Amino acid sequence: MSENKEYKVIGTRPIRHDGVDKVTGRAIYGADFQITGLLHGRVLRSPHAHAKIVSIDTSRAEALPGVKGIVTAQDLPAAEDKMADLGEGAVNLKYLCDNILASDKALYKGHAIAAVAATNPHIAGEACTLLDVEYEVLPPVLEVRQAMEPDAPILHDNIRTSSLGETGEKPSNVASHLQHKKGDIEKGFTEADVVIEREFVTGTVHQGYIEPHNATALYNPDGQLTVWCSTQGAFTVREQLAEILQYPISKIKVVPLEIGGGFGGKINVYIKPVAALLAKKTGKPVKVLMNRADVFEGTGPTPASYLTIKIGATNDGKITAAQTSLAFEAGAYPGSPVGAGAMCVFAPYNIENVLIDGYDVVVNKPKTAPYRAPGATNAAFGTETVIDELAETLNMDPLEIRLKNGAKEGDRRADGPVFPRIGFIETIEAAQEHPHYTSSNGKKHHGRGVASGFWFNIGLESSVTISVNPDGTVNLVEGSTDIGGTRASIAMQAAEVLGIPAESVNPTVVDTNSIGYTAVTGGSRTTYATGYAAYEAAQDVVKQMKARAAKLWDVDEDNIQFADGEFSSINGKEEQISFRDLSAKLSQTGGPVVGRATMNPAGAGGAFATHVVDVAVDEETGKVEILRYTATQDAGKAIHPSYVEGQIQGGVVQGIGWALNEEYIYNDEGEMTNASFLDYRMPTCLDLPMIDAVIVEVPNPGHPYGVRGVGEVPIVPPPAAIANAIYDAIGVRMTELPMSPDRILKALGKI
Amino acid sequence: MQEFEYINAKTVSEAVTLLDEKGDKARILAGGTDLIVQAREGRRTLDWMIDIKSIPEVNELSYDSNTGLTLGAAVPCYQIYADDAVCNAYPGLVDATIIIGGTAIQGRAGVGGNLCNASPAADCIPPLIVLNATCVIAGPNGEREIPSEDFCTAPGQTALEKGEMLVSIKIPAPQQNSRSYYLRFIPRNEMDIAVVGAGAAIVLDEAKQRIISARIALAAVAPTPLYAEEASALLADREISDTAIDEAAQAAQNIARPISDMRGTAEQRTHLVGVLTRRALNGAIQRVKDDAA
Repeated sequence: MSENKEYKVIGTRPIRHDGVDKVTGRAIYGADFQITGLLHGRVLRSPHAHAKIVSIDTSRAEALPGVKGIVTAQDLPAAEDKMADLGEGAVNLKYLCDNILASDKALYKGHAIAAVAATNPHIAGEACTLLDVEYEVLPPVLEVRQAMEPDAPILHDNIRTSSLGETGEKPSNVASHLQHKKGDIEKGFTEADVVIEREFVTGTVHQGYIEPHNATALYNPDGQLTVWCSTQGAFTVREQLAEILQYPISKIKVVPLEIGGGFGGKINVYIKPVAALLAKKTGKPVKVLMNRADVFEGTGPTPASYLTIKIGATNDGKITAAQTSLAFEAGAYPGSPVGAGAMCVFAPYNIENVLIDGYDVVVNKPKTAPYRAPGATNAAFGTETVIDELAETLNMDPLEIRLKNGAKEGDRRADGPVFPRIGFIETIEAAQEHPHYTSSNGKKHHGRGVASGFWFNIGLESSVTISVNPDGTVNLVEGSTDIGGTRASIAMQAAEVLGIPAESVNPTVVDTNSIGYTAVTGGSRTTYATGYAAYEAAQDVVKQMKARAAKLWDVDEDNIQFADGEFSSINGKEEQISFRDLSAKLSQTGGPVVGRATMNPAGAGGAFATHVVDVAVDEETGKVEILRYTATQDAGKAIHPSYVEGQIQGGVVQGIGWALNEEYIYNDEGEMTNASFLDYRMPTCLDLPMIDAVIVEVPNPGHPYGVRGVGEVPIVPPPAAIANAIYDAIGVRMTELPMSPDRILKALGKI
Repeated sequence: MQEFEYINAKTVSEAVTLLDEKGDKARILAGGTDLIVQAREGRRTLDWMIDIKSIPEVNELSYDSNTGLTLGAAVPCYQIYADDAVCNAYPGLVDATIIIGGTAIQGRAGVGGNLCNASPAADCIPPLIVLNATCVIAGPNGEREIPSEDFCTAPGQTALEKGEMLVSIKIPAPQQNSRSYYLRFIPRNEMDIAVVGAGAAIVLDEAKQRIISARIALAAVAPTPLYAEEASALLADREISDTAIDEAAQAAQNIARPISDMRGTAEQRTHLVGVLTRRALNGAIQRVKDDAA
């Protein structure tokens, strides 16, 4: 890690501002929220993966003492087939509403059908068993290739494939087809000495956040709707509620409470509109909570996928062409992250000839939601495995082939953008030099693999205000949910500008009435964009404070300098005052100082990572053990290195889970059979070595401190790196995720 | 979660009378680590929960090197593995008690409850079978005893009749040069239910070269935990050898009739029975060899 002496706060590791509340259990999470008169809601979910809803009879449930209100899709405003504007992209409103409460069809087991509010959760739960729903069960389609077959059961009669500007004639499960082209793909493969083409399959996996979804809603008699919840973005919740409920956005206040993990899965709303409907119907505040099975069966996993990857290279290891077809399961409604997968699939490499096709396909599974670099992990599993095989075929070191073809500043991605200064090459070099890669790994059944990954990161809107306290501290108000330590990383950027310690900044995440619009905590944007807004708001404070110093000393504002937390007068009068001392003189120099900034920065700068992993494979049982893991990543500039390392470690661990055991397991009826943390096998600390996170710093030109988002890219390389390590250990190429013990045994021919 | 009545029974006869009166809507609460979860998830309906933890007999944990172990039905796992004499005498049972749940669960969950829950994948049952454990049952007509391998009759079903309860488990004192071993296969290193479990107990001759007798039992490969009688018999009076152990493993595979579910496929389980049987037998043999002469 580079020692950057130019900063006082940035690059240090202060205790996070929200740490005490969280480690002492005092932090208020969504489910902790209490209010007088609270009712409890429970959602009835479809037992069928695909069925027409013939009728819903609520009379028996209504008769149960303690039941205060029941809602179904009938209680939602009639949704048209129009596009709803959610700030970050338009979504079909009918699909959005139908996913909240199914109107005509249940499209996955766990699809919300109706909801009950009662005086306690047990009565609400019992009332759900008294709701009589008549279904006409239809055959489900549960896999992307089956869903693409011409005779597959159709989920939506109104979906016609939208393909490169054309619309299909017949109903189809393929909602859309996209394509990116660069160069001449035929020519590229002709120039190659070696061409490798492989097929890959990845399973459906869930974000697996510990805290289930939650929402408490209250309608005031004046029509003001307040929703308390945990979410990755209070403003996106406000937008979704306004669209789904067809309610004025100015009458909705969303109060974000602490969040217990999201990873992309707490952007879409599920039970928040349901709580609002129940609150409206009963006139009381209503809290709705999910349990773990609800979370697995009713909220967005990330898609299963089927992909083909074909890459050609010359004998000296230069990649001449790359082609892929990516078919992603969208779940019940269109909108898989295949577009993002297509942006990332070959992005780490500068390849002259590229053809990328992507397909967004509906299946009878929950509507997919973002999950940490959505789409990129699926894609990299294929690309990085084929690159490994190419290196082996060409007798090259797997990091050398990446170094030879790695993208640099000025190279253009197949989907259009030209890279600014990026640090991919530096991550490969860091891996090459690391003692892990230079150590030997010669034991029987032990193997080593490497893989790289890319995520583009995003900017989007952020607002920050900073008010100065008389004791020289400041209160920083922001709208970005803090999932991974961003109170600290945002506060530190303001502290650096103001020349005060990180501890002198008090960051608070506030509701939608109390700060300017701020987009979701997602896309690895928060430390970058909200941090950028904090930087600018702090600059605004400095500007105003300079004016106060000028007033104090009766000099011209241009004669005030600010450095190292001290204001001084230049050109004549020799005066000096610290930020702290000047803070005490605000009332006598004109009143409070509040700095503000809003940002929508465009230069997020891409993030790259290169990982090295050693595994041991038990050839008798098929079990894979992760022995050692090293992840190098370009962070641009690590504001708080501990939380950068934490993000890298967390991403790697989720990638390991995806690689080895996590998947939705379905029976023939389309029921998920492992909807619990017992049987949905996420790794625990006992399954993992310490993940060695190596921060590489190639500053992002699009941020004043060079920050790049770090949260997502670390999940991208692990499945491919582990597959390559398994190959090194036992000589079989795994092309299906997860690489669970039974699949390893099958690949070895043992079963 | 539905409403139910909680009764704290003070004596075996009080519990038996209640069970007899209430029938199958009454369930016994010991550690509760299965029952409460099942009730909460609506997988079991019950009107009466009869807590037996105040009954002295079900809390008994006593070991005598001549007569063996009496293990009350409600004794939690942690008391078993905290007892040096028990650890020394029955390492295979301890192998199971330390892998059931985490530390907090082990403070509540017990071997008796594991037996009465009658899961095909129960970790404690193969060790009980290989250790020749018997189940002491109290009922309206008095007490009876049955071998542990006969206790489970189907998933979640036991040999307990109406009004009957498990009071304790008796395990004979270990013979000279005998040791037991239990292991399971799980894809992670913790927090999983056995995909397959295998237990073995072995008695060797004075020279520790020859197997006098062996007992093998399996979990998660049939509707109930299985005693692998033929596989066990194959090892009696044999020199220790890979061939002998492979033959026993093969015989154990022959009685496995697993299903495919979210925890594993039938083929995988059948394969693992062979692997785990070998590892359990070798583990037990190694323990005897490691014992001071």
